[in-house]
Amino acid sequence: MDSVSLGLRRTRWRARLWSTTTRKVRYGSRAYAAGRTDLGREILVGGETSSSATSSSIGRVTRLVAEEGVTCEEVANAQLQQIHKLEPRLRSFMPNPLAGGASVSERVLEEARGLDRRLKSLTAAERRTRFPLAGVCLAVKDNICVKGWKATAGSMSLSDYVPPQDATVVEALKRKGCLVVGKTLCDEFGMGSTTESSASQGDGRAHAQGQEPWSTRNPWDVLRVPGGSSGGSAAAVSARQCTVALGTDTGGSVRQPASFCGVVGLKPTYGRVSRFGIIAYASSLDVPGCMGPTVSDCAAMLDHIAGQDPLDASSAATPLPPSLPAGYLHQATEGGEGARPLEGLRVGVVAQTMQEDGRLDDRVLGVMNDSLDKLRELGCVVEMVDVPTFDLGLPAYYITAASEASSNLSRYDGLRYPNKGGDSSQSKALDASLMEAISGNRGHLLGDEPLRRILMGTYTLSEGYGDALYKKAQVVRKKVQGDMLAQLGKHDVLLTPTAPTPAYRADDKSLLDPLQMYLGDVMTVNVNLAGFPAISVPAGLVDDQDGGGKLPVGVQFIGGPFEEAKILRVAHFFERSAKIDTVPPMCLES
Amino acid sequence: MMDSSSSSGCRGLVGACFASSAPAVAEGDKASASAAEWESVIGVETHVQLNTRTKAFCSCKSEYGGKPNANVCPVCLGHPGMLPSLNKKMVELAIKMGVALNCSIHGESKFDRKQYFYGDLPKGYQISQNDRPIATEGLVEAPMFVVGMQTDAFPTCKVRIHRLHMEEDTAKLTHEGQDSLATSNDGGGDDDGASSGSASTLADYNRAGVPLIEIVTEPDMRSGEEAAAYAQELRRIVRYLGVSSGNMQEGSLRCDVNISVRRKGETRLGTKVEVKNLNSFSAVKSAVEYETRRQSTLIEEGRGGEIVQETRLWDEARAETKSMRSKEEAADYRYLREPDLPFLVLKDGQVSEIEGSMPELPGQVRQKLLAMGLTVADAAIVSDDVNLWHYFSKVVDLGTDPKAACNWLVGDILAFLNGKKLSIEEAKMSPQSLHEMIALIEEGVISGKIAKQILPEVLDSGKSPKEVVEAKGLVQISDEGELGEIIGEIISKNPKQVEQYRGGKTKLFGFFVGQTMKATQGKANPKLVNDIVKSKLDA
Repeated sequence: MDSVSLGLRRTRWRARLWSTTTRKVRYGSRAYAAGRTDLGREILVGGETSSSATSSSIGRVTRLVAEEGVTCEEVANAQLQQIHKLEPRLRSFMPNPLAGGASVSERVLEEARGLDRRLKSLTAAERRTRFPLAGVCLAVKDNICVKGWKATAGSMSLSDYVPPQDATVVEALKRKGCLVVGKTLCDEFGMGSTTESSASQGDGRAHAQGQEPWSTRNPWDVLRVPGGSSGGSAAAVSARQCTVALGTDTGGSVRQPASFCGVVGLKPTYGRVSRFGIIAYASSLDVPGCMGPTVSDCAAMLDHIAGQDPLDASSAATPLPPSLPAGYLHQATEGGEGARPLEGLRVGVVAQTMQEDGRLDDRVLGVMNDSLDKLRELGCVVEMVDVPTFDLGLPAYYITAASEASSNLSRYDGLRYPNKGGDSSQSKALDASLMEAISGNRGHLLGDEPLRRILMGTYTLSEGYGDALYKKAQVVRKKVQGDMLAQLGKHDVLLTPTAPTPAYRADDKSLLDPLQMYLGDVMTVNVNLAGFPAISVPAGLVDDQDGGGKLPVGVQFIGGPFEEAKILRVAHFFERSAKIDTVPPMCLES
Repeated sequence: MMDSSSSSGCRGLVGACFASSAPAVAEGDKASASAAEWESVIGVETHVQLNTRTKAFCSCKSEYGGKPNANVCPVCLGHPGMLPSLNKKMVELAIKMGVALNCSIHGESKFDRKQYFYGDLPKGYQISQNDRPIATEGLVEAPMFVVGMQTDAFPTCKVRIHRLHMEEDTAKLTHEGQDSLATSNDGGGDDDGASSGSASTLADYNRAGVPLIEIVTEPDMRSGEEAAAYAQELRRIVRYLGVSSGNMQEGSLRCDVNISVRRKGETRLGTKVEVKNLNSFSAVKSAVEYETRRQSTLIEEGRGGEIVQETRLWDEARAETKSMRSKEEAADYRYLREPDLPFLVLKDGQVSEIEGSMPELPGQVRQKLLAMGLTVADAAIVSDDVNLWHYFSKVVDLGTDPKAACNWLVGDILAFLNGKKLSIEEAKMSPQSLHEMIALIEEGVISGKIAKQILPEVLDSGKSPKEVVEAKGLVQISDEGELGEIIGEIISKNPKQVEQYRGGKTKLFGFFVGQTMKATQGKANPKLVNDIVKSKLDA
């Protein structure tokens, strides 16, 4: 984010200059010239003084562009300015993400102007149908491929890798008018819960060695982590550095940071959204996810990225909701005018996640209890349910994920993809010296967490252990899925906290213990094992017990396979009644 | 496309594959006096490249040759984030092959990742099928005919098929500055690392992702001949089905042989050794024979313990095998279900549809040829190459006598083509032309001699035999009056010979026939000439 130099004011000035000198009235700039004083704020959080707005950001931005004459360039500029303002403290984005060190601002503005030109030639109706997401600024997790942008997945081994094509999800959103504004930081290959192990900017072992890692911080408290592994995306959405963001969720990597940062995170059903172009961590668990300030944002995003992809054989043929505009967004938000919009909806609260056994933070338990009250007020039938296999999920998850990771990461030998620092001399004999170079590279280029998981996964798949570990984990996985499915037969949705605690402090020493860290995933991993959809939605702000600040806490709704519409709807009405102020204070500082 | 080995094919191959009737241990007397006591137990693993237009899991062209690294894309190069998409044609061809090998075809099978580190593997693993292959439990009956054998049926070697599965090929590596052994042509899995001493290694990813099937037999073969016969029959089958070119030199068909020895009568299996780098059928046979000698000699010398489970490479130039890698160093492949591909579930009726559209297979063709009255030797030649069989059957379908068709094909026509290093489908003479030529002979329009005379031109130019015969004025003289005049003249010019003949020297009959042929430039109808000469001399 080196040269975000064009301030909003200057663009407006330039726009006016053009409109008076060389061209006819430039579409845009007029609406707010006639009365609105702060377009930037309007774009980022909406005009209301209260920032508890639950109106969707996508809805707001696309309305500004389609109906109020605001240009995509103006939206992009506001967004870039916000990035520029907060990046020094947050580090949500990868620095220097473009090949050859090109300027991100220039690239984004250039694309925005290109989009504006195309929009100009269309009627209002055409704009709505062809570019329904025009002006929406998209942040993309760095393990998702965007053509022309580096995709490092937070790894040194891919530090200069520029993918030749877009991920299917990115392509779909770009085609509808989204502007990619940056690649967000993530834990290396998505392996982590803090976004502290992004190693492509330095040494992956920095944190373990007590050094300051290149890490994203939480917009609610910069001494805290944003969660992970999609922490950069969560922080960027929370701090309004983008309209919405793409993340990936293998064991909770969208939902947990969403909870930590006070945004909405949707993990769709495995197979609902294409994985093509997602740098694989654990292929049978990885799912691209939507992150936005509101449930509607996630629903609107899902409408454009869901569906079968011929490039991903694991994507599902299951039909989508009726086509736009009656898609997920419609199903999630329409109707429900009365006081009890969720009348009769059965919510099963997973008893295993509510135990006061020291693992669950009291403040989170408090938020859960408040949430149950709110759901009852909305008309839900709330019951505690026993899902005995819930505790089995964590070990089964880690064996499965590590096994698949050991396979997916075996290609990173430091020779195939451009990177800084590996031994990548081109002319080599395929012999002992090459094998030495490869093992040297792997030891050097991969961080501690990937190495740990490769070692574990290699072990769990080895001859003699594969049956006892990997195959057994698959048996457990089936049981977990069956158990959850049985409960979802009796209840419309299941409810759990998204994470046992609010965001950790970055200097919390217990984070150095991998096992301690893995325990934080206990609420989310079962959902990935089962492959079901789940959404984390902000449910409360709690005391940070540290200096009088507030920290967001999310709850997780889990649905049956392909029941995204149902959980989105529950989450939407829950969000509407919870009225949590999800804009962190730093976001609106001038 | 047909390679040169198969074009010389028909004859040449028969030469190579059915040639030797010598016992397995050819140098038995020298090497081991007790060779007859030993029996080798052999199983064969074959990788066959399938003839699909595109690669197994991406849309790159799948073809041999071409500029290195021209047919590559992010998927087959293993770029991060890329996913495989299953080529349906590969599945179809695998099923076809499974049906041809009399296998059980499984309605549900799955893909797995076979994992090892090597420069020929773009992803660090090869997509293969481990514990649930698409086909298992088949049977092949390989013909064991040897030239010179007196038999009226094909002796066969029955080989049970253990399994058939699909996988992707690896990149092709060339280790620079090394001998021929170093080019990895076996691929399809655990490649060798025999590259010490070379300065650099070049990788051509055109081959990475090319669809393969691997066919594994039970240890049912007992000699080099049987192993070679099995491999040849497999090659015939893939070519009859059109699932592969089966070209061993280009690596479209690659055989690895597992071999152990034991004393005859023993039931326990000895320690097996895997031999790779077998680029021809004769290499298969020779390698088995070499290993049989090597292993039996070691046991006889009390050094049986030196036989270890290992992979050995066949060195064609030295006609010996050498150790490449022992089992201790062998990789643990850490098989993992391929999460990027769902279970492969065949559509209802998919197998029976393929069964219903199977072409004739070499075994059926051999029986058919014998039933047509061909000898085993001729049937072996005609059936050996699918294109020759197709040519032959077209000629016969036009109403030609099978024996006559076979004689011309196997005789003059192949000799001509072999001389010019052409394959049967490169011959310009159509089956219609051969039918026409044989009909001309049978109708007495031309003699066999004239046919032989015109054949090269027909084969070279593609003109019809009739055209050539007419253009050259080679139509047979079958006019009795005309022949009578010519013969009368000859008789009157040679009174001395007539006198001698009539005096009892009947051998001179041939002289008059010969003179008649000379006078007619060979165009006279031989049968009529005989009759007329006889009647005139005896008159």
